[in-house]
Amino acid sequence: MKIVTFIFSALLSIALVYILNTKMVLPAPLGKLLAPQSGVWQNAENDNEGFSADLQFPTLNGNTTVYFDERLVPHIFSDNDVDAIFVQGYLHARFRLWQMDLQTLSAAGEVSQVVGDIALKHDREFRRLGMVFAAENSLKKIEADDESKKLCDAYTAGVNAYINSLTESSLPLEYKLMGYKPTQWSNLRTALFLKYMSYDLSSNERDFELAAAHNYFDSTSFNLLYPVKQDSADPIIPIGTVFAEPSIKTVAPANADSTYLHGEVTAMENEKPFAENGSNNWAVSGSKTKSGYPILCNDPHLGLNLPSLWYEMQITTPTYNAYGATFPGAPAIIIGFNDSCAFGFTNGGRDVRDYYEIQFKDKSRKEYWFNKEWKTTSFRIEKIKIAGKPDFYDTVAYTIFGPVMYDQSFGGKRNTSSKNYAVRWKAHDSSNELKLFYYLNKAKNYTDYVQASTYLHTPGQNIVFAAKNGDIALRTQGEWPAKWPGQGDFPMPGTDSSYMWQGMIPQSEVPYQFNPERGFVSSANQRPVPPNYPYYLGREYPSSRGVMVNRLLNGMSNITPQDMKAMQNNNYNVFAEMLLPVIIKNMDVTLLSGSEQGFFDQLNKWDIKNEANSIGATVFAITLQELRDTVFNDEFSLAPEGALKPFESTLMEALLRDSSYKFIDDISTPAKESISNMVTKAFKGACLELNNLKTSHKLEWAKYKDTHIDHLTKLPAFSRLHLPIGGGEHIINATKAVHGPSWRMVVSLTPQTEAYGIYPGGQNGNPGSKFYDNGIDKWVQGEYYTLWVMTKNDINDNRVKSKIVFKRG
Amino acid sequence: MMKFIAALILTVLSGYASCLFLPWWSIAIAAFVIAFIIKQKPGWAFVSAFLGLFFLWAVLSYTISSNNAHVLASKISLLILKVKNVIALILLTGFIGGLVAGMAALSGSLLRKIIWSNKV
Repeated sequence: MKIVTFIFSALLSIALVYILNTKMVLPAPLGKLLAPQSGVWQNAENDNEGFSADLQFPTLNGNTTVYFDERLVPHIFSDNDVDAIFVQGYLHARFRLWQMDLQTLSAAGEVSQVVGDIALKHDREFRRLGMVFAAENSLKKIEADDESKKLCDAYTAGVNAYINSLTESSLPLEYKLMGYKPTQWSNLRTALFLKYMSYDLSSNERDFELAAAHNYFDSTSFNLLYPVKQDSADPIIPIGTVFAEPSIKTVAPANADSTYLHGEVTAMENEKPFAENGSNNWAVSGSKTKSGYPILCNDPHLGLNLPSLWYEMQITTPTYNAYGATFPGAPAIIIGFNDSCAFGFTNGGRDVRDYYEIQFKDKSRKEYWFNKEWKTTSFRIEKIKIAGKPDFYDTVAYTIFGPVMYDQSFGGKRNTSSKNYAVRWKAHDSSNELKLFYYLNKAKNYTDYVQASTYLHTPGQNIVFAAKNGDIALRTQGEWPAKWPGQGDFPMPGTDSSYMWQGMIPQSEVPYQFNPERGFVSSANQRPVPPNYPYYLGREYPSSRGVMVNRLLNGMSNITPQDMKAMQNNNYNVFAEMLLPVIIKNMDVTLLSGSEQGFFDQLNKWDIKNEANSIGATVFAITLQELRDTVFNDEFSLAPEGALKPFESTLMEALLRDSSYKFIDDISTPAKESISNMVTKAFKGACLELNNLKTSHKLEWAKYKDTHIDHLTKLPAFSRLHLPIGGGEHIINATKAVHGPSWRMVVSLTPQTEAYGIYPGGQNGNPGSKFYDNGIDKWVQGEYYTLWVMTKNDINDNRVKSKIVFKRG
Repeated sequence: MMKFIAALILTVLSGYASCLFLPWWSIAIAAFVIAFIIKQKPGWAFVSAFLGLFFLWAVLSYTISSNNAHVLASKISLLILKVKNVIALILLTGFIGGLVAGMAALSGSLLRKIIWSNKV
């Protein structure tokens, strides 16, 4: 009996440990997680302790000391350039390891090995897009260059030095919660991170979506719905600029118009209309500032997440002293300034990703028809590891165009029916963007900036520059394919070379501005150049922010950094300014009920600013949405699912210009509708939703827009929800629901640099740290931190809270 | 009573020490061994180990958490318990430690009884 009792008790104990140590019974291994000496409690960082340490690594060349200030910004002082980058890698890992690990797993299509087969579709999509192929191509170029290889090696060694120091208890929180361990860093992963940014910033093609619309509408309607040239454009390089004769004369295939598209409809599950991924940057020359020295400003608009994409840092070596925002996952300072100049980026937004329809000889995909003969494909076998399941093998065919992304075995988010499409993406080509950033960090003058810029191939960016000697400049930089008009707007035939890209626009033909007479340069993702530019640029660029930036800068003088901060937080809606009068003029008020009249009054008295507490902004946004639906839904009711919806600017320009715009009439009714009918109908529809919002107290713009910053896992406990912030699409303060100014920076290039910056997050990626999200509330308020450029004389300054010493050993 | 207190203190010490080198569930081994060595009724063995580890884990987690201004604990409690309640998370931590140690001590004590009675 005693033995039975013992055995029962012992088995119960073992079962208890098993239950608390695995996810087999409970959703989480509670014992393992809550054990105070190794579990998540160990991630509750002691905020009073600091991070001081003495570390030794055999790969170091000399000595480096890192001083952390009261915001946990590291100021790296190294006696050589290579060690500085080692330490940068170490610090990125120390504070952001989990995110950089996950982001590169994602880039490489390796998420399934962590989360199981729910990520298999993502992994296949990324492999088939050729992300690893692209990263390998770039890495070859990076490693062929001694200087880049040294830096890249040092960065990798730094990251791994931290990874190798981890114990079970010091493992970042997310690894403990998700139950896996970090994988070693490599130079390839740095290249993958850069390709991830290319994916984010140079994938905005809508080829299939536009093709679906093209197949459905007659050509007159199509051209009205998706005009190639948009009005109201205030291009980055101003109208009146003269361009040289193009050195590449593109030749459109003779039959481009007739055989471009075969009749078959290509449908998509996913629609991505009205996407506006973008940023603002500008520099004003000393002639317009109070100090007489230039001021440079940049706020890149990207997906807002926690931990933040950015990590702030100062790097000082005998050859340079740079401060700014860095990408955990890549060496160097990305957006920032040094003792001579400042630099920043906005996305170029041109279409550098095209699709070609491939005719395989048979199902084996071994041969495809090209230039009147059968060409042999090469195969790349992608092995995808899946947590808890056998490996998945995906065989991807590679053609002269690139990988066959979509075929019978894979349609991704797109239903490409029985067709095969190869993808040609500029990011597949080898390039070494590390040199761009490294040389910008060291740049002393305009010549250095131009030289550094030529290393940027993809994703193409508008690089703004300002220097203490008074120079300002902006280059619409990138290695862009020279396209014939319309090339790549739709998937193209892949059976001969005539539809291929015919060359890259030479760097010598990159449009730029250097010390222009108007005293400023600016970009906000609008069309880069005026219509006399000799190469094709695609159909749509967002123009409103650019109009507003230039309007404000034109009207300003005696500018101070304070003025620039206010401008980055400007909530004036220039899109509404243009459209609102049309709506008000055409409203048939006699048809409005009492409550509808109330909302119309809100619209009438709205100051056209999307402030956090504005009700007019909400009324306008919902009315616009309804108006778009009212005007176009009848025409699109039978269109293929996924057909691109017209851009908002197309609707606006049509309403401003053309009172008999073809699509105003509701084709589902016998009557002939006018703009007034449509506006009033749309507004009445909008009022239904507005009344619901009123009931739930969500009429104020910030409550309706509901900006939130999610942790990368989307766990609400680690996210910041319902932020009371204004702004939005078409507005300089482009803060949308999950997207917006990810780093705001203002740099006054006075002899003693005066710089301000903030990002919606914090330096420590650990949700258990007070530095995890400490910047968010200030960011919401439009406030900035003063960026402290520390010098070696400041080591006893009371802002220094701790220091890490790195030595060879 | 002396044995009870001795067992409790020894379980705390060995439970703390073992987790410096071994996985968290080594507290079960520690409690098992202590209960095997120190003669107590099985029920008392359970209670002394339970209280010992409850106390150890609750105090450890509370200390860590207060140095962190409870930033992490409030998030983890929201995640696990679906409410922001730091004390509840600390009590849960203590309870888990106590339960595992208590059950192991009960088993140790029962084994001691078997071996001891066989010897007699």
